Amino acid sequence: MRLAALGSTVQRAATPAYSSSRSANALRRRVVAGVLVALSLVLITGYFRESESGTLHDTQGAVATVLHPFQVGAERIARPFQDAYGWLASFMHAKSENEKLKERLERVQRQASQNITAARENVELRQALRYKSGRSFPRDYDGIAAAVTYHRLNEFQEKIVVAAGRADGVRVNDPVVDSAGHLVGNVSKTSPRSAQVTLLTDGEFSVSAYDVQSETYGLLSHGQGAGESLILDLVSKDKLVQKNDLIFTAGQRSGQLPSLYPKNIEVGIVNRVGRSDIDIYQSIQVEPLADFASLSAVLILVPEDR
Amino acid sequence: MLADVLRAGVVFFVAVVLQAAIVSAVEPAGGTADLVLVTLTAAALLRGAVFGALAGFYAGFLLDAASLETLGLSSLLLTIAGYWIGRYGETTGRDRAHAPVLAIGVVTVLYALGGLAMHYLVGDPVSARSGLVDALPVEILLNLVLTIPVYALCRRVFARPGSRAAIEVEFGTQ
Repeated sequence: MRLAALGSTVQRAATPAYSSSRSANALRRRVVAGVLVALSLVLITGYFRESESGTLHDTQGAVATVLHPFQVGAERIARPFQDAYGWLASFMHAKSENEKLKERLERVQRQASQNITAARENVELRQALRYKSGRSFPRDYDGIAAAVTYHRLNEFQEKIVVAAGRADGVRVNDPVVDSAGHLVGNVSKTSPRSAQVTLLTDGEFSVSAYDVQSETYGLLSHGQGAGESLILDLVSKDKLVQKNDLIFTAGQRSGQLPSLYPKNIEVGIVNRVGRSDIDIYQSIQVEPLADFASLSAVLILVPEDR
Repeated sequence: MLADVLRAGVVFFVAVVLQAAIVSAVEPAGGTADLVLVTLTAAALLRGAVFGALAGFYAGFLLDAASLETLGLSSLLLTIAGYWIGRYGETTGRDRAHAPVLAIGVVTVLYALGGLAMHYLVGDPVSARSGLVDALPVEILLNLVLTIPVYALCRRVFARPGSRAAIEVEFGTQ
């Protein structure tokens, strides 16, 4: 038995023969990792610095095009199972949803009878005044139907990818609705065969919107809270917004900038209105009408005159 | 060597396609599983740090292309994840039955934190609350559920021929 003591000479054990190959392996491992990390950083930097027609964007588009048919194929195979999952998930909330829908139906039926007379009167008055209006939804828009090929990119952002891109006439900022015509979001990136859509529930998204019943305008965006609820902001306290009021896109222009969305796309329904003494504006919570959990296809709205 | 590269190429291509088209659509309680991360973990544990880093870079590149996200973002995170898991597999986690489950649990949390940090760095408006508080616990649970079948599958695809027999001989001589 040998004990090590400070100041004494200790004979070192002979270096094993494999130690040089081990250190070479370690060096190779670190070099590979370092090169890949550096390459990733170069990709990130290059991607940011170049325009949408740059080499990296083109490469990304080409790889996305290769992946596209496989994604569409896999999505089609999985569709029946996803439908079954969606049906099961909605079945769990069926009772509470049924009560909400009954309440809404009564309200809508009352409004519908009033609207018929108002619409007829509106047509007559427009003709009499030769009224010129801007683009209106859905008359002046074509809908490009596209399947959802990537449902949720990551846990931090509410974005999806759809199977229609620049080659189909899709451009950045085009509005996106679901099959029932409810606003889903807008196009945030495009490639030749696919497009990224930022959902209403993403922190990046906001749209000018109005309450049909009280004719109150505000800015709709996702609040700080969790879930899918939206906040209709900048609504002063003197406006009478009520629970179950419908919220539509306002289609307003601000200065020289045109609105990205045509007027009168259904967005959501008010589910809570709060007023506090310290806030200048009301706190209006809006539930989106689009069902993001079972979104399998969307319509991208493209102006007819583009 | 070439067979390994081809195998890895096909496996991660399929994993990215399945993640995009199927797995990301299933969101019980607001979180989704990450099939690519689970597959990478299994492959890196079986084949080591260099393989893990290379596979991570490739899988990340495909993910960024499929999602039209900033190119290189997922590559960076998955390269580091693959390298770290590979090192764990080569050293502490070698031949330990709980290694895949432990590695997935830890790497899911670290990957989420890394993702959040990267999105902040590139200026994306992201919600830390929805990512870390609401979605992460569900994601950890779903990834752990996926770990066992994916690891078993990856072992059939990526295990070095004769590796099991070598271990048995070694134990037998002691």
